[in-house]
Amino acid sequence: MIRFIVRRLFLGGVVLLGVILITFFLARVVPSDPAAKWAGPRATPAQIVQARLELGLDKPLPAQFYKYLTDLLQGNLGHSLRTRQPISQELKASLPATVELVLLSTLAAVLIGIPLGVISAKRKNEMVDHISRLFSVGVVSLPTFWIGLILQLVFFRILGIMPMGGQLSTHLRLTMEIPKITGFLTFDTLITGNFVLFLNAIWHLILPGITIALYPIGLVARMTRSALLEILNEDYITAARSYGLAERTVLWAYALKNSLGPTSTVVALSIGYTLVNTFLTETIFAWPGIGSYIATAVIGLDYPAIMGVTIFSALSYVVLNLIADIVVALDPRVRV
Amino acid sequence: MSVLRSYFNKSRPALKELRFSFHLLNKNRLQRVSLIIIVVLFLIAIFAPFIAPYPHLIMRETNPVDRLQPPSARYWFGTDELGRDLFSRVLYGTRISLQTALIAVALALLIGVPLGAVAGAVSGFLDEVIMRITDIFLSFPPLLLAIAIAAFLGPTLENAMLAIAISWWPWYTRLIRGQAVSIRERQFVRAARAIGTSSTRIIFQHILPNCMAPVIVQASMDLGGVILTIAALSFLGLGAQPPTPEWGLLISTSRTYFLNAWWYSTFPGLAIFLTVLVFNLMGDGIREVLDPRTRKV
Repeated sequence: MIRFIVRRLFLGGVVLLGVILITFFLARVVPSDPAAKWAGPRATPAQIVQARLELGLDKPLPAQFYKYLTDLLQGNLGHSLRTRQPISQELKASLPATVELVLLSTLAAVLIGIPLGVISAKRKNEMVDHISRLFSVGVVSLPTFWIGLILQLVFFRILGIMPMGGQLSTHLRLTMEIPKITGFLTFDTLITGNFVLFLNAIWHLILPGITIALYPIGLVARMTRSALLEILNEDYITAARSYGLAERTVLWAYALKNSLGPTSTVVALSIGYTLVNTFLTETIFAWPGIGSYIATAVIGLDYPAIMGVTIFSALSYVVLNLIADIVVALDPRVRV
Repeated sequence: MSVLRSYFNKSRPALKELRFSFHLLNKNRLQRVSLIIIVVLFLIAIFAPFIAPYPHLIMRETNPVDRLQPPSARYWFGTDELGRDLFSRVLYGTRISLQTALIAVALALLIGVPLGAVAGAVSGFLDEVIMRITDIFLSFPPLLLAIAIAAFLGPTLENAMLAIAISWWPWYTRLIRGQAVSIRERQFVRAARAIGTSSTRIIFQHILPNCMAPVIVQASMDLGGVILTIAALSFLGLGAQPPTPEWGLLISTSRTYFLNAWWYSTFPGLAIFLTVLVFNLMGDGIREVLDPRTRKV
């Protein structure tokens, strides 16, 4: 077991290094003049020279990579072209808003997706199953950015019961003091006992939350269904049934527990996908997170910022996968 | 005659299997509808300039008098901020989406398939190197990698295709390698090796053709996801550029106007949704039919 984890950690490290190598190539080798890219579209020749020196482009590639790697290990992602601020600081400031969204959608994926998959598997080929499967295929086929706009159109423009975007209503943001302890707005307002702000924050979370959550819910429901169907054919399920155990016990306690391995992998993967999906939805909801940050960077061709977000997201994706693998390995049947 | 037929059926099991699978696919109503819609989409893509009611109001030419008109008998999907006919633009977008998706997948196959065949056929050091590289690529969410690549290559539709191909090929490499490993030890490959066939020839003429079926299936299942990715890249400003009527770009432009012009974002989005949905349904159907455990005869 420990050997497996050590091996997996080592492999994870190799993959991390590879991810860093790819981003390095993307940023420094692929463009014909990386310094010009790095200095931005309206840079003067002097600024380009400056960028060349800053990036160490006059040195050989291995030396450049070494510097890139050591900078990265110190959390130094360079400076944004647009704001001239350190990218790591800007990421840190916009991370909590995105994490709130991602956590909410993951929670929804588990709380809605798994039961949906179980019901679907239990009533295989019945009406409920057809509807739930159509729903799961449907939501993974939806363009996330489009569903965000449609939700705004219906709930903000037509019904007028939801805010258009942002984390708080403007009048509250201007008149009340916003607590800043952890940076997570819902958490901070809750622990300071400011329920007006807390409820307002939750109200603002609903539409972007639904937009982001649909995809993982569909994914998890699909995975749970197929994993369960496979397990329901196993002998021990037949044995449990022939002992006269209630069908509910068989399904939820015996079968579901054994299908959670693949499901937890999908949940971990879907966190990574959700993170990337925030790139497409946050701008729609004026949500001040990483997604809005990279969308702005893309429009302004702010290469260091784009690269910073890419590295950060890729690293979190690798780490999440690593955790999922280790969790799955706790299952004695998978142990190597 | 029947002897002849049974002989043919015996000699062409793959063909028979294919026909049988198609029969099963065709039996499921949902899959049959998806198949019909896919055919219609391809027809629209091919004949878009002839079907579009206002072919001149697709690209550069504008019609400011009729700007932001709601859907009517004249403009079925309404008009955009420059008075161009949205129905014609969405129709034309079908061509762009299907074409770019097919090219992107073809490019990914072009990179992934030979690498996978080589990795599976030779084993040893080269195999190890190729597979570790694919592992690294697979540890990115494809959309993330595509965004980064497209940003650095520069925002054009061609670069978006290239970016998607670069982030998609490892899936095919892995699939092909698995197939190639099992075929490598088969009698006919050993025979070829015994009579001194060169390894290049063995890989590309004996092993590769025998691994293609699952890859083709996978590639067709991926088309939906690729169409969605192209739209997402264009939405972010990293794919098609105005005045191209690409669906993702249409939705992106519509954001300024959609609160007072619901049709502007609604119809391009529905087009993406419908197209991706039928490809995904078709993919699900193919997977179910090919997997004996889930096959319902």
